[in-house]
Amino acid sequence: MTLALETPAVIRQPRGPVIEFCRQQPLGAVSFFIICAMMFAGIFSEWVAPYDPLSIDFASILAAPSWEHWCGTDAYGRDICSRLIFGSRTALVIGFTSSFVGSSLGAILGIASAYFGGRVDNIIQRIMDILLAFPLIVLALVVVAALRKFVLGGVDVNLIFAIAIPIIPRVARVVRAAALSVRVMPYVDAARAAGYSNTRIIFRHMAPNVVAPYLIMLTAFIAQAILAEASLSFLGLGVTEPTAAWGLMLSGNAADFYREAPWMIIFPGAAISLAVFAFNLFGDSLRDFLDPRFKV
Amino acid sequence: MLKKFGAVVLTAGAIAFAAGAANAQTPKRGGNLTFAISAETPHYDCHGSETYATLHFSAPFYSTLLQFDLAKFPQVKGDLAQSWTVAPDLMTYTFKLHPGVKFHDGTPLTSADVKATYDRMRNPPEKVVSPRKATFGDIASIETPDANTVIFKMKAVNAAMIEHFASPWNCIYAAKDLASDPNFPRTKVNGTGPFTFVEHVKGSHVSGKKNPDYFKKGLPYLDGFKGVFTLQAAAMLNAVQGGQVLGEFRGISPAERDRLVAAMGDKIRIEEQSWTLNLLVAFNTEKKPFDDVRVRKALLMAIDRWGGSKGLSRISTLREVGGVIRPGSPLATPPAELEKLPGYQRDMAKARAEAKKLLADAGVPNLKFVLWNRNLAMPYTPAGIFLVDQWRQIGVEVEHKQSDTAPYLAALNSGNYEVAVDFSNLFMDDSTLALAKYLSRDRSPQNLSRSTDRELDKLYDDHVRERDPKKRVALIRAFEKRVFEQAYQQPILWWHRIVPTHKVLMGWKMSPSHNLGADLAEVWLNQ
Repeated sequence: MTLALETPAVIRQPRGPVIEFCRQQPLGAVSFFIICAMMFAGIFSEWVAPYDPLSIDFASILAAPSWEHWCGTDAYGRDICSRLIFGSRTALVIGFTSSFVGSSLGAILGIASAYFGGRVDNIIQRIMDILLAFPLIVLALVVVAALRKFVLGGVDVNLIFAIAIPIIPRVARVVRAAALSVRVMPYVDAARAAGYSNTRIIFRHMAPNVVAPYLIMLTAFIAQAILAEASLSFLGLGVTEPTAAWGLMLSGNAADFYREAPWMIIFPGAAISLAVFAFNLFGDSLRDFLDPRFKV
Repeated sequence: MLKKFGAVVLTAGAIAFAAGAANAQTPKRGGNLTFAISAETPHYDCHGSETYATLHFSAPFYSTLLQFDLAKFPQVKGDLAQSWTVAPDLMTYTFKLHPGVKFHDGTPLTSADVKATYDRMRNPPEKVVSPRKATFGDIASIETPDANTVIFKMKAVNAAMIEHFASPWNCIYAAKDLASDPNFPRTKVNGTGPFTFVEHVKGSHVSGKKNPDYFKKGLPYLDGFKGVFTLQAAAMLNAVQGGQVLGEFRGISPAERDRLVAAMGDKIRIEEQSWTLNLLVAFNTEKKPFDDVRVRKALLMAIDRWGGSKGLSRISTLREVGGVIRPGSPLATPPAELEKLPGYQRDMAKARAEAKKLLADAGVPNLKFVLWNRNLAMPYTPAGIFLVDQWRQIGVEVEHKQSDTAPYLAALNSGNYEVAVDFSNLFMDDSTLALAKYLSRDRSPQNLSRSTDRELDKLYDDHVRERDPKKRVALIRAFEKRVFEQAYQQPILWWHRIVPTHKVLMGWKMSPSHNLGADLAEVWLNQ
């Protein structure tokens, strides 16, 4: 009797997380590419945009898309393509900052709520319940109307807070759920037994273990924040003319001229849709990639 | 015989047609008018306001001494005044009031109420704002020999005084109300107008119902009205198109007009006319560096009005290039003369090069400031976008700040701004009215640039007293030249008025001013 020699198993070389992400999540990779393109356009707007986005050209009012103006011009003869490129900066700055601020504050509150439990947990969660009772855009509308404008470095800080506040309870609720399972881990008990402060335990031992849901929520809410910024600008409560912003491009004169110049609403609408789609898809893909329960 | 028969038939047909047409024009009584007001008034006081938002809200509740006859504009007719006489030397005006007029609270109107009203405007008590103080500064005294007679004695001649008595801003208030609180009319309504106040729901609407004791018998035709605040132009257009409102009496843009006509066809009536209204740039001369004439002048010289007129007239209600008097009106400065004044040059490359040099000389080559503007899409937003673009071309960085009417007016009136898009809201073409905005601040609270220029004040006074038309025009030109050379404030462009109304709405009359005809007394519904 001879023993058949077993073919030695192929040992996979460990690949980088980016390559692995692209292999496992091709749609996520595409959305990541779109996000990168947006970021590139936003950061290097001055060099990428063919025209000055604020420059009026009455000789080119409502020009249809052409080689000269790829996406046409608006009612002031401003190049829509250039305004979209500069608008991506507005969308990303407000979208990313609002989502980061909202998600970070939500995560801190969520972990603290789970860690302390009892009365603290009860109070925090009831406040979150109140905030959750309002749809994101409605709460943002209330906050932006109450706070008015406070422009710092060309960015309306209060607009960022208006969008960030409704994000807080949503992230806090998810992160709290994740933190509750972390709280009962032996290493947390060990840290507590070693006499570490609550702040140290929360930030050094619990926070790193809820990074996955935090990152997923952060990316998912960037899309929501971009949409909220566009909606608020459309309603006249966000950024003001002549700033290049996608939501703003859909309001004002666009409403007057969309019949004779449909490109005034098609391209900004497409940009908003694409950005929201990309961030949502990337968030979902990131969740699938990071969460072991989704790995078969 | 046949010919005769035909003639009879034709004549009978013509008479029947004429009778039908006349019948169609006979006002019908009843119904409630709902119309749009595209801004919400910050208060109810006609005297203290310069925005139409106050008049479209308050005018139906009040009367004035005289009013403009819109069918024969700019002629005037009596409102509370049953008759009036003017002394040949223009130094005495005597008004006989309609007898039996009552305020909405039942108090009878007397000449004392008229006196209290005009005293409030010409000599406002503390904490009362009167933008028309300069206009009525020529009144020396007001006498009330009996309950129905008011006599105005003048300090000096004002050739346009009778038109000023017809100003829609001169709502007559009850003397007892003003005695109880000089600011009573800011928050409460008690007039003698065709409608009584029902409610003001902030952010929503104002409504009124027919005044059964209105002194003009048979008026108003309507049972009531509701003015809906439609701050968003798109919402207003949708409301007009959907029939939720039957008109908007301020004015819409050419694109909005085209949209309504395309959607509604012959159900909508469009009326157009040049407008006694302009937007202007005002520099706060109390704030640095706008206390420097070089900076102000540079900023005005950077604006291409002629080019802007061509472009903006396609997309907004802004249209004509003009000086301080409405272009096309008898006293207006012709374009050939305007071109010689700062801010009206046609060679923009040269003008902008000079503007940059002026800024450098003033030590602010990289000037940055906040431009305050009103949050009204038409035409404030296009004007703001246009100005930001024009100033960027001389290297000036501008933050465009738009706010609602109340905070915008509060900032401008308190001087809490650097540069603003202001407006000159006139109701007639008379120069005494148009020039008053540019007088020194202590004489004219309308002057939001807060400048003091006694040379301008003197030119104004001289022109008011001057009876020789040619000399008067020369003084107006000298005044205008001084205003623009000192660059305190300057018109950007004059407006073009386009008013949409449903064809069922009758009796409303178009005029060059959206401040006129807002009392709705003769409006009726053909349904």
